[in-house]
Amino acid sequence: MMVALALIALATIAYFTARSRSVALAGGDASTLHSRPVYHGFYAFFWVLLPALAIWLVASRIADWYISSSLSERFSAVIESLSGPQAGAFINDAMTLASGGRIGFPDDDKIAAGEFVAGLQSAAFWLVAALVIGVALAGFFYAYSRIEPRKRTRQAVERVVRYALIACSVVAVLTTIGIVFSLIFESVRFFGRVSVFDFLFGYHWSPQSAFEGAGASTADDNSRVFGAIPLFAGTLLITFIAMCVAAPIGLMAAIYLSDYASAGFRKIAKPVLEILAGVPTVVYGFFAALTVAPAIRGWGEVIGLTVSSESALAAGLVMGIMIIPFVSSLSDDVINAVPQSLRDGSAGLGATKSETIRKVVLPAALPGIVSALLLAVSRAIGETMIVVMAAGLAANLTINPLEAVTTVTVQIVTLLVGDQEFDSAKTLAAFALGLVLFIITLALNVVALRVVQKYKEQYD
Amino acid sequence: MNATTTQQTTPATTTIPSDPPVKMECRDLSVFYAEKQALNGVDLDIREKQVTALIGPSGCGKSTFLRCLNRMNDTVDIARVEGKVLLDGRDIYDPDVDVVELRADVGMVFQKPNPFPKSIYENVAYGPRIHGLARGKDEMDAIVEKSLKRAGLWKEVSDRLAEPGTGLSGGQQQRLCIARAIAVSPAVILMDEPCSALDPIATAIVEELIDELRQRYTIVIVTHSMQQAARVSQETAFFHLGNIVETGITDDIFTNPKDPRTESYISGRIG
Repeated sequence: MMVALALIALATIAYFTARSRSVALAGGDASTLHSRPVYHGFYAFFWVLLPALAIWLVASRIADWYISSSLSERFSAVIESLSGPQAGAFINDAMTLASGGRIGFPDDDKIAAGEFVAGLQSAAFWLVAALVIGVALAGFFYAYSRIEPRKRTRQAVERVVRYALIACSVVAVLTTIGIVFSLIFESVRFFGRVSVFDFLFGYHWSPQSAFEGAGASTADDNSRVFGAIPLFAGTLLITFIAMCVAAPIGLMAAIYLSDYASAGFRKIAKPVLEILAGVPTVVYGFFAALTVAPAIRGWGEVIGLTVSSESALAAGLVMGIMIIPFVSSLSDDVINAVPQSLRDGSAGLGATKSETIRKVVLPAALPGIVSALLLAVSRAIGETMIVVMAAGLAANLTINPLEAVTTVTVQIVTLLVGDQEFDSAKTLAAFALGLVLFIITLALNVVALRVVQKYKEQYD
Repeated sequence: MNATTTQQTTPATTTIPSDPPVKMECRDLSVFYAEKQALNGVDLDIREKQVTALIGPSGCGKSTFLRCLNRMNDTVDIARVEGKVLLDGRDIYDPDVDVVELRADVGMVFQKPNPFPKSIYENVAYGPRIHGLARGKDEMDAIVEKSLKRAGLWKEVSDRLAEPGTGLSGGQQQRLCIARAIAVSPAVILMDEPCSALDPIATAIVEELIDELRQRYTIVIVTHSMQQAARVSQETAFFHLGNIVETGITDDIFTNPKDPRTESYISGRIG
């Protein structure tokens, strides 16, 4: 911490020194410099900061490795007398003691080891700190000595900015790739226990019964209970109901906002509609479970239908309301993107407003609208909270919207919530479900993006 | 009315030729955009089967005026129109007038070619479909062919009617828009700087087309190009700051302008 502060302070000093140095070298007339004084400042700033940071990372890594290896060497007699997990615990405890923590079952060996580590650590700290500050100072003097009026520090600084930006985007991409790979690896482990065919085409989903029975080990999984069809059917049913609500309402709202509403109304209504998208889905879940589902059951009873208190209909309706702003906001954008000249052209031929919208605006905006709908679908498929609260957990294979169904996301949650070993088929099934879900939404997004690209070429 | 009739023989002192009948009359026409007055009570007669050019510096109200003639200003929320525009003696701002029928009678071609993102055929068939002008496919085919022929585009596109209209060149697109306007058999065609987005060759083709169309249609054209006004129009109205400064036979205005402002504009000192 102290080192970091010192480093920042040094870099800041370097910035100001180098800046004024460059002006001084130019004889007080900054306009004769190749690069503006600011760039000279940043040039020194980066020369102080970046090599020192790199050295810091490497040196502290080496120090950690040195400490743990000399700890094992010094106390090899003790460690050898312990079994595997205990030896690990011994080293952990030594580290904890060294940093002033408390441990269970302290004994003389551990305390000695802790002191040993603490001694090494403080030595390593001063060594690393000296090294880092030294490198920073070296960078400072190097940069300072390199400053001259024709020095092209602007290019150097721009290069650093560019690499920093590359690093950020690499982080984003690598994270995504990492997530995908962890999904794939866990799924492969799952498919080692349950066949892909049973999983994708099985009709029966009850992973809770996979290893019931005393003494059964996790190796004896009953692969017949991992049929994911009911989950995907439930997901599709709820998504379908949601889109039946969201597509027409969202689209009509978008048409009204873009072509009919007055500017004043639009200015208020559009943000209000978009607030719907900001409501946490848990709140929608309350609304679905406590208001909509009982209401639907009440109406069902009135007309003599049996409706379970958790129904696909309730979840789908509320989810539809949740994704209305998705559809309306994206469609509104694409409808607005249709040039006014096309509307004028149509109006100039004697078309009414609704004819213009139906025959010119919507066809021109159709690809964009389709992609808006696809994005909404992938949102609906991935939605969890509303379904957990309103649609239930029963994996029924049904197309009756009045019955309870469950979805892929809900099952992932229930599989992973609670005390679980993380290597049973039951928990691994969650990864397999996640992978399939990921593939589906990815495909939808790719299709949506493709459609959008095609649409961009339309009127130009 | 024969298209070969020339106005050159008319004495230069006659600003309103008595020969062709008046198709549209504007009386005391004012337009307001919110509080700002864009047109200050102008009067203009538009004669049948003639090309009337509206010229003037930018922002002088000529496009606003043009858009009054088929009530395109209706689509602008903040616009308010006062005064009268008579088409064949009937006020088009009368509450009884159906704007849909009006626009079928008074077609419009815009500054930038704006074909619909549909096939060439569908672009032309759009108007006739809306107004139910064709019974069956044969009649529609005939209308499309006739309109494209009149717009001088048929030879170029007859073998690719199913291709998108947006794939044509700029000049072809503008002629497609003219064909689209012709397809609903209007009496008057309004053109708002129809060549401003076109290259000189395409402009020449469209100008020749306008001259030909004069045989069948009354044409009002807004243009920034004095040469274009001189080449294609028989009558010219010079707009300045929301007023019509001078109207008359095109040759008179260009050779012998009465108002000093017209003269300055024509000789390039205003605008």
